[in-house]
Amino acid sequence: RRQDVLTVTPWLAPIVWEGTFNPEILDSAYRPLNLTIGVTAFAVGKYTRFVRRFLESAEQHFMRGYRVNYYIFTDSPESIPRAQLRPGRRLLTVPVPKYSSWQEISMRRMETINRHVAAVSHGEVHYLFCLDVDMVFHNPWGPETLGDMVAAIHPGYFQVPREQFPYERRSSSAAFIPKGEGDFYYGGAVFGGLVKNVYEFTKTCHMTILADKANGVMAAWQEESHLNRHFLTHKPSKLLSPEYIWDDRKPKPPEIRLIRFSTVDKNYKEVRN
Amino acid sequence: RQDVLVLTPWLAPIVWEGTFNRDILNAQYLQKNLVTGVVTFAVEKYWFFIEGFMRSANKYFLAGHHVNFYLFTDSPEKISHLQMAPENHLFVIPVQNDPRWLDIPTSRMDIISSYIHSQFQYEVDYLYSVDIDVQLLADIGVEIIDALVATISSWQITSQLENSAHETHPESPAAIPEGQGDFQYTASFYGGSVSEVYKLTRACSEKLMEDRENGIEAWWHHESHLNKYLLHHRPTRLLSPEYYWDTEL
Repeated sequence: RRQDVLTVTPWLAPIVWEGTFNPEILDSAYRPLNLTIGVTAFAVGKYTRFVRRFLESAEQHFMRGYRVNYYIFTDSPESIPRAQLRPGRRLLTVPVPKYSSWQEISMRRMETINRHVAAVSHGEVHYLFCLDVDMVFHNPWGPETLGDMVAAIHPGYFQVPREQFPYERRSSSAAFIPKGEGDFYYGGAVFGGLVKNVYEFTKTCHMTILADKANGVMAAWQEESHLNRHFLTHKPSKLLSPEYIWDDRKPKPPEIRLIRFSTVDKNYKEVRN
Repeated sequence: RQDVLVLTPWLAPIVWEGTFNRDILNAQYLQKNLVTGVVTFAVEKYWFFIEGFMRSANKYFLAGHHVNFYLFTDSPEKISHLQMAPENHLFVIPVQNDPRWLDIPTSRMDIISSYIHSQFQYEVDYLYSVDIDVQLLADIGVEIIDALVATISSWQITSQLENSAHETHPESPAAIPEGQGDFQYTASFYGGSVSEVYKLTRACSEKLMEDRENGIEAWWHHESHLNKYLLHHRPTRLLSPEYYWDTEL
């Protein structure tokens, strides 16, 4: 049990930290359900270079023992490595168009995921996680992460007071969160849940992104701002601690006992062009 | 709250005063337009508790929200006009005072499951079974609403080491091998979504019937089977003993 961190939100959603759960109990509850877990990851432009390490580390650590479908969205399917996967796990490449800028790619993710769920994944998976591809798994990511609607606490802001959260602060944006409001700052690199909830969530985010576009506004942190707006009014049923969405450039505080999923060091300028 | 356990090892929150914000939870409940039911039994001498229970439940149970109270009783004529809160409904369901039912608690699970099947599933989203000899003393709100909810027996708090409420007949399906129980739950207050409560009451009444056919009377009857069920179908939320306190302790 953890006494140094918050483990339950005021709306009674668990916050998953190392030491709060027993993996065997959870496995014994979830394995018999014969679930298939989906993962979406966008590898567009130069981001295809991250796929190999993402997949290899996922094979090591992500939902071991469960059926997994990796959906890699890419504008160059030929550059996706043919990885050797464990039994019960599949890699599916989903072609997406080439967009003009990295912001555009980022903002289109919600729409793309939503469309894909409607067309394909709703019939193939029970739970779906939407992850950034420029990241690597270092430690187990298991059924403790499953829930109706799951969000992750951004590593840069979990010890920071709410007024400093980088929410969108312009009221002209549909992602606007006024000062004094907000529960957590959630990271856009990790979210998920039951596939039908991911469908609803991505649809709503896409709507608010479109509303902003129509008004000539782009939110401070693109879809992450919209994600945060949405999770304020439709609170997640489970939160993942920053163990599940770490940034390797940050020094590790004592609260973070285990880093499970974190960024790959990269040159942002180079890779976004 | 740092003094108590607020999360189980399978990540189910344990509800204690101070762990939640009822305003946020109320907003979520209203967002989803939910209806909750309460099922309770007042058979034989227990008719005496009806008034006290209904008065306190009306005041404290999900106050302000629409609640259906389903009261099973063999003496419907003894119920004086109960003043119900405007958003609540009382359904009085007469049951036979059948001498074959020597063991009313055993049949309760059976009654609940068949009524869920025939009626309750169409009327409520969530259903809670509450013993009638309970007087609510403070607000019990939407923090109790979740898929499968059980209340930690106060018994567990006073004596962590004793395990005697679990069955000691190894042949009874309710026998739990030493070391496998984690929490002890009371049968006086449990519930959840209509489908989960249906599964639970079906499973328990089947096991109770099995016991009876084998001539085994499980001590504490339905509570043993409830606990065995919850060991294999873990609750999604636990209520601390604040939600039920056996005053005999």
